[in-house]
Amino acid sequence: MTTLLPPAPTTPAPGGGACAAATTPATPAAAATRRPVVGSVHSWDLSTGVDGPGTRFVTFLSGCPLTCLYCHNPDTWRMRDGKRTTADDVVAEAGKYTRFIAAAGGGATVSGGEPLLQPVFTGELLHRFKHELGLHTALDTSGFLGVRATDALLRDTDLVLLDIKSWDRATYRKVTGRPLDPTLDFARRLADLGKAVHVRFVLVPGLTDAPDNIAGVAAFAASLGNVSRVDVLPFHKLGEAKWQALGRPFGLHDTPCPTPEQVTSARGVFEAHGLYAV
Amino acid sequence: MVPQIGTNAGRGAARTGVQWSRTDEAMWKVRAMTATPAETTTVTPTEEAAQPTPAPADAWAGFRGGLWRDAIAVRDFVQSNYAPYEGDASFLTGPTERTTKVWNKLLAMFPEEIARGIHDVDVSTPSRIDAFAPGWIDPDLDLIVGLQTDAPLKRAIMPNGGWRMVEGALNAYGYEADPAVREIYTKFRKTHNDGVFDAYTPEIRACRSSGIITGLPDAYGRGRIIGDYRRVALYGVDRLIVAKRADKSALEVEWPSAEVIQEREEVAEQIRALEELKAMALSYGHDISGPARTGREAVQWLYFAYLAAVKEQNGAAMSIGRIDAFLDIYLQRDIERGLLTETEAQELIDDFVIKLRIVRFLRTPEYNELYSGDPTWVTWSMAGLGEDGRPLVTRTTFRALNTLYNLGPAPEPNLTVFWSPRLPEAFKSFAAQVAIDTSALQFESDDLMRPKYGDDTAIACCVSAMAMGKQMQFFGARVNVAKALLYAINGGRDEVSGKPVVEGFEPITDEYLDYDTVLARYDAMLGWLAKTYVHALNVIHYMHDKYAYERLEMALHDREILRTMACGIAGLSVAADSLSAIRHARVKVVRDETGLAVDYVVEGDYPAYGNNDDRADELARWIVHEFMEKVRRHPTYRDAVHTQSVLTITSNVVYGKKTGHTPDGRRAGAPFAPGANPMNGRDEHGYIASALSVAKLPYDDAEDGISLTNTITPDALGRAPEERVANLSGVLDGYMASGGFHMNVNVLDKATLEDAMEHPEMYPQLTIRVSGYAVNFIRLTREQQLDVINRTFHGSL
Repeated sequence: MTTLLPPAPTTPAPGGGACAAATTPATPAAAATRRPVVGSVHSWDLSTGVDGPGTRFVTFLSGCPLTCLYCHNPDTWRMRDGKRTTADDVVAEAGKYTRFIAAAGGGATVSGGEPLLQPVFTGELLHRFKHELGLHTALDTSGFLGVRATDALLRDTDLVLLDIKSWDRATYRKVTGRPLDPTLDFARRLADLGKAVHVRFVLVPGLTDAPDNIAGVAAFAASLGNVSRVDVLPFHKLGEAKWQALGRPFGLHDTPCPTPEQVTSARGVFEAHGLYAV
Repeated sequence: MVPQIGTNAGRGAARTGVQWSRTDEAMWKVRAMTATPAETTTVTPTEEAAQPTPAPADAWAGFRGGLWRDAIAVRDFVQSNYAPYEGDASFLTGPTERTTKVWNKLLAMFPEEIARGIHDVDVSTPSRIDAFAPGWIDPDLDLIVGLQTDAPLKRAIMPNGGWRMVEGALNAYGYEADPAVREIYTKFRKTHNDGVFDAYTPEIRACRSSGIITGLPDAYGRGRIIGDYRRVALYGVDRLIVAKRADKSALEVEWPSAEVIQEREEVAEQIRALEELKAMALSYGHDISGPARTGREAVQWLYFAYLAAVKEQNGAAMSIGRIDAFLDIYLQRDIERGLLTETEAQELIDDFVIKLRIVRFLRTPEYNELYSGDPTWVTWSMAGLGEDGRPLVTRTTFRALNTLYNLGPAPEPNLTVFWSPRLPEAFKSFAAQVAIDTSALQFESDDLMRPKYGDDTAIACCVSAMAMGKQMQFFGARVNVAKALLYAINGGRDEVSGKPVVEGFEPITDEYLDYDTVLARYDAMLGWLAKTYVHALNVIHYMHDKYAYERLEMALHDREILRTMACGIAGLSVAADSLSAIRHARVKVVRDETGLAVDYVVEGDYPAYGNNDDRADELARWIVHEFMEKVRRHPTYRDAVHTQSVLTITSNVVYGKKTGHTPDGRRAGAPFAPGANPMNGRDEHGYIASALSVAKLPYDDAEDGISLTNTITPDALGRAPEERVANLSGVLDGYMASGGFHMNVNVLDKATLEDAMEHPEMYPQLTIRVSGYAVNFIRLTREQQLDVINRTFHGSL
């Protein structure tokens, strides 16, 4: 028989243990309401090497306050388009992969959309991934709603994948439709907490690739001290069909994808600031 | 039970042959398979004094251990002498100028061979071990010598399997058969194919032509038998003949039942084949009557033995076995003695692999359509762990993988890594790197095979495990379980031709298919299919033993062997999804004017196999388990143990072509998914969720293997090249730890394949894994190329 065994329960005994998890009153939402925690979920997926280290169970939540021009998942923008799903169901699904992930290396990532648009649900998932399933946890966020992440949520997060879409404020607003500062504030808070961060930067020719813009993100990331990796993500148009399906014009239709040289050059800027960039 | 006669009095050892008895119940044998096969077969003859035994003293200098000296026990030799290597790949060397020169000479010949179908064929000389004058790629440069005929890429005819196949192939490639040879094989010498059709029933013929049973080895060599070619290198041929004579003596005192007479004749043929092997080697100037004395001789002796097999048999799969640790012992001994450098050791392996890459058989274009790309399945099994926990990874394991760099990627030999999470990390990284760079490796779970067959196990063909020299299989191709479901609905009428194929079944007449009704009818139909199938296989293998016996391969086996009857199924994901649609959605039947169900309308969604969702995966498990149980009910020829595979090779395209619309929504003629793969595009959560559905299939009910092919874009393994290696290694660890058996790994961009279709001349060596083996992409038919391209590419977005 090769069926997966159910994961061994790792919930700490009541009142016992000195770790933060044991003293935090269970999961915040569940404890408060005694009702199942429900969120709006776009989909789940298993991925390797692209949503944090190793092979990961990735939950994509629906709803995002940003409207990035290059977004490759515009179908995740509206929360009401997602499927109402209980945290129990998501954790049960993730539980099918704990044996695999334990052998392969990896963990669970909450992504989106913007997961912090649903901070209670996101916190519940991270908590249970980490403490029930024993998985390494990652939060994939733009940081725009970073104030909504409680300290408890961040304690349950082993790694933050922080998308800094631009350093130039005007460019940031042009790309996302929102201001930059909340993201920078969140980044500084993560630095103060000593939280591991991977910065992501999408390189879009003619939009985010101005030398000062890249250098600004690089200098800021380097100043934080907790950024262990920078992913320079080349803009691609594979999501264009989704825009069309949603009846939205894809504003970057004529924008070229960056050349390998441009990507290498942008990485070089981060490396010049002492950062590990891929 | 037939008493064993003491042929081993001189050594005082009890007979320690394989521990299963041919006369015991098959189920007992299944249990025996789970035990470690015994290591030795005593071979000491009664008439030892009469035999000139070559003095192995020099040849065996420096070797440790004793058991293998007194008996044919290669595993014991390997375990006593091999040196596990836990280091990395930095010691490896590139190709020598000589290697590149030889390989380039062949590379220049391939385009013409691909264009014409074959390079050349000798129409007048039915192949034998000692047929043909010696041939070379380059007489001045060949290090390891020997070709199947007198020239490279020149094919031979092997009519014992069937004359029609030979003549059909010759005509297809523009050659005329030699009238004298035709007369022999149509008038004086009966073939396997003739014998089979004498004993087939009308029912079996109907199944064959409707395509519910396809690919049966009734007109060609069955293959999937691995001679323990290492024996020739370790012992020399004379010693093996002595052992076989002892076997024969033992048989001579047994009462001549049909089985005993058959076995006596077979052993006599084996001895004859060994004599021919010696003569063939001598024609190349090598006396292989005694053991190999050097690394070069060990490679050469082993290759001669293999060459004899592929001169004698046009087997569907002619695998070479678990040979890396064995050869490593010889190569390292020479290096330690200062007789060989690393460059020279690599050069020997490179030259050996060149020879394995140009094994050729004459087959019809139809055969190649079924098993595309001119495959020979020279499967080389490597790595894994020993029963004592030491890795069976040696420097020669690395050298074998390194041939894919030194010579460029290629489908043959079919390099097969026995994977365990407990393998040395440096090796895991290197193997993952090679897979990413070449898409030419397959991985199989050492942890599933070792407990069943022991640590001297090799893969025949794609996924069929067998203990070296102690086990063989009766290859049975496969049945189409998706078509069987349509037969259950149509009461045995074929949905394509409308003809009745199966008697005694009523059609389902409901407008909407009812799950319980369908399941009951399907169960009954599978029962009928299993019975008809085993019936056909018994006929086939009786005749194959009679008319096309593998003399040389079986000469390199113990006398008492475990035989398996290797059944197989195709269309698993289509059948499972169809059942899921019937159960979880509503399926309306569309019938033609004769009442034949010809199409299905699926109303609503259903969970599909390939999403790690038990609602669908349980149905796939059910089919595998139930069909195996039904197969087990029917006695087999020579008491072979029933097994089955979930493997299609590339015949998923042909099976799909012969199958009408199915209740899962698949259109008539559309290809099936390969092997145990989920259907293209229905796995919605990535290749790992998909793989874990496959990992749920019970290996105990599919001991002949469960094949999974993954095609992943480089990006989907990580963004940085070094991460991809660690991540792929992790994925393999995770899959095997989850009970997965086999994974083909392609790391490719779709654009590369599309470009290769348009500009084949730019991609002479582009290799891609399909179900269970690798193919040269540009040798596939256009239809197969499109199937590969249209299969799910697991990318990242």
